[in-house]
Amino acid sequence: MDLLLDLLSWLTIGIGMVFLFAGGIGLLRMPDFYTRCHAAGITDTGAMLLLIVGLMFQAGLSFVTVKLALIMVFLLFTSPTATHALAQAAYTGGMRPESAQDETDPLEEAGS
Amino acid sequence: MFAAASAALLATMAFALTRAFLGPTIYDRILAVNVFGTKTVLIIAVIGFLMGRPDFLDVALVYALINFIGVLTALKVFKYRDLGTAGPAPKEGGS
Repeated sequence: MDLLLDLLSWLTIGIGMVFLFAGGIGLLRMPDFYTRCHAAGITDTGAMLLLIVGLMFQAGLSFVTVKLALIMVFLLFTSPTATHALAQAAYTGGMRPESAQDETDPLEEAGS
Repeated sequence: MFAAASAALLATMAFALTRAFLGPTIYDRILAVNVFGTKTVLIIAVIGFLMGRPDFLDVALVYALINFIGVLTALKVFKYRDLGTAGPAPKEGGS
């Protein structure tokens, strides 16, 4: 049983490390701000979830797992909120995606 | 395994710092700092497990909250050029 838990946690932490590298390299090499947001989102949610679930497998059923779950819930609420506020601030600040073809403003069209 | 995970976290933090230095716009820099803060929370948790002292998780919790507030505050300053404002006036019949 211990071996199974160890294997599970190694698997999740390993996949989390792959996500971390992918997001970090994407953050460095993506061409414009909105695609970099996408790369950062991978490390902020995907890698974070996998790493914390891996740590939970190591901790077993204890108070530590509750704290880890709290950290996970906080990060799940806050980091997408921060990324959303950032993208909205960039858009209202006049920044457009590199591949945008039309000049219409979706924020105005939706009637906010 | 924890050592490998913290090494990967450190590498990602280095990437984020590079982006924060290079970043052509202010939004790139804030995004990189946000990623850096999230990775700080994770690396504190992982190092706590690495050293066999999961008490570090309390520190990680506090870091998660402080990081969120810090990013939103920096964003508000750059969006409205003022910390005290309540934001733009609501539009007529809006929302």
